[in-house]
Amino acid sequence: MARRVSETRRWTFTILAWLVALAIFFPILWTILTSFKSEADAIASPPKFLFFDWTTENYAEVQSRSPYFRHFMNSVIISVGSTLLGLLIAIPAAWSMAFQPAKRTKDLLMWMLSTKMMPAAGVLIPMYLMFRSFGLLDTRIGITVVLMLINLPIITWMLYTYFREIPGEILEAARMDGASLSKEIIHVLTPMAVPGIASTLLLNVILAWNEAFWTLNLTTSKAAPLTTFIASYSSPEGLFYAKLSAASTMAIAPILILGWFSQKQLVRGLTFGAVK
Amino acid sequence: MGSITLKQVRKAFGDVEVIPGVDLQINDGEFVVFVGPSGCGKSTLLRLIAGLEDVSSGQILIDGQDMTQAAPSRRKLAMVFQSYALYPHMSVRKNIAFPLKMAGMDAAQQEARVKHAAGILNLTDYLDRRPGQLSGGQRQRVAIGRAIVREPSAFLFDEPLSNLDAALRVNMRVEISELHKKLATTMVYVTHDQVEAMTMADKIVVLRAGRVEQVGSPLELYRTPANRFVAGFIGSPNMNFIEGEPAARLGAHAIGVRPEHFAMSTTEGLLAGTVGVAEHLGSDTFLHIDLDNGSHIVARAAGEFPVHHGDRIFLTPQEGRVYRFDQNGLAL
Repeated sequence: MARRVSETRRWTFTILAWLVALAIFFPILWTILTSFKSEADAIASPPKFLFFDWTTENYAEVQSRSPYFRHFMNSVIISVGSTLLGLLIAIPAAWSMAFQPAKRTKDLLMWMLSTKMMPAAGVLIPMYLMFRSFGLLDTRIGITVVLMLINLPIITWMLYTYFREIPGEILEAARMDGASLSKEIIHVLTPMAVPGIASTLLLNVILAWNEAFWTLNLTTSKAAPLTTFIASYSSPEGLFYAKLSAASTMAIAPILILGWFSQKQLVRGLTFGAVK
Repeated sequence: MGSITLKQVRKAFGDVEVIPGVDLQINDGEFVVFVGPSGCGKSTLLRLIAGLEDVSSGQILIDGQDMTQAAPSRRKLAMVFQSYALYPHMSVRKNIAFPLKMAGMDAAQQEARVKHAAGILNLTDYLDRRPGQLSGGQRQRVAIGRAIVREPSAFLFDEPLSNLDAALRVNMRVEISELHKKLATTMVYVTHDQVEAMTMADKIVVLRAGRVEQVGSPLELYRTPANRFVAGFIGSPNMNFIEGEPAARLGAHAIGVRPEHFAMSTTEGLLAGTVGVAEHLGSDTFLHIDLDNGSHIVARAAGEFPVHHGDRIFLTPQEGRVYRFDQNGLAL
């Protein structure tokens, strides 16, 4: 039986929920609003919320000062590339851990997750020196590999959880039906895990798109994605808030749109198996 | 062809030995049922034959060839799982055709075989549906269809009916038996239900704790059980065991009498007791009786038998239907 909720209670919670949602969304809203202000309005005190002279000059300025499209393409290549590369490694890895678990599989999973607990700055110097020695600084290949490695534990964990939901008997049936290991993975496991793989892909594209620490430290111009592009508008002197906001808006817009259109898939994937 | 020979097949998971060493001969075209209580190793034995588990030691020969180390796909066996294990993302047609596709058969030939199998199993109207849109019985038929298109040398069934409701189970039991008659292919069938074993098998293998207790035709096991375990497991309701004085009189540690092998009277007989519960089914009457010597037995009378709770009753085991067992439970 559904629980009865009194009218006042319902209203209180509705308003509370809206307030929390607004608080979460407010920084993004403020960034977008600021991007349409003049630099003077952007730092006005008290802050101007809606009543200011709307202008698109920041966008024009940002366009003319740096090649947005090149950074955008770098972001796409790096985030999609690192995710696909990660899936290529993580699908077989998650398969073996989900369906052929050994004594230490759980420990291995924990160890993989624990690598995410290490502060990235701790390995920056050795990574930087290695990149320099191998000539990988400011290359798309280099940064793609690094982002893949950073997200690999998450990709593997997510896939492992989805694969665990697939009954082992179905894979055994495939084996009895004459499927080799590769055919079993291609024809049976992967199609059944599509919702899970899709949400893993989406989430990791978003994570890689937003990754800033490594992209800022290991790229400068040629391989620089949108994060570097945003950072280039923060400067120690002069007014830059409005231009920075315009750059930020342009950087988050694509991923925001992707997230908006795939939210059903994302939610379905993230709650995969939780409810039948 | 489809003969299967097990030679001293042993299976251990770590330190736990589930099958200590089984020798068994399954002849071509036979319907063999592995039966036993849960945890007796019957499913493990089937999976060893299928190749889904590796044997710890021993040999598995299929049609005389050593297949002990062969991959499941190379053994030419088809398996039907308890959970049906259909591919949920494929239509019924694609499910049934999957083994043919894996074997690299051309599309026209695949279609012909699928049609043939669907015809046998009454699935023709459902070929374009997904497994999720089918009932339990239909899913089970798809699983069987997927097994028969390959024309395997033997079928392996792992408790295929336990997810179906009682009425459907009886129907499918008959269907599988008929399929066996039609195809005349070796079938190895695992169940914990002795009724399924008795009704379907040419040969029953009774297992307990990974050991073969007895192998024989259903009636052989019914008439001449090798020990108390088999005697108690085969037959429904279970055989009654009586220890003490009545057994000693026949020179045994215990005697066993099946519920259907008592002559019952309200006036005189060898054993006296009081009726506890009387189940009147019309076709049969089952009486739960507390004997005066303290043991509890079940007796079956054909047709209607007018006794009720608390009535005195006298029982006499039928001539030649009393089984005698020694201290270790072995038949005398």
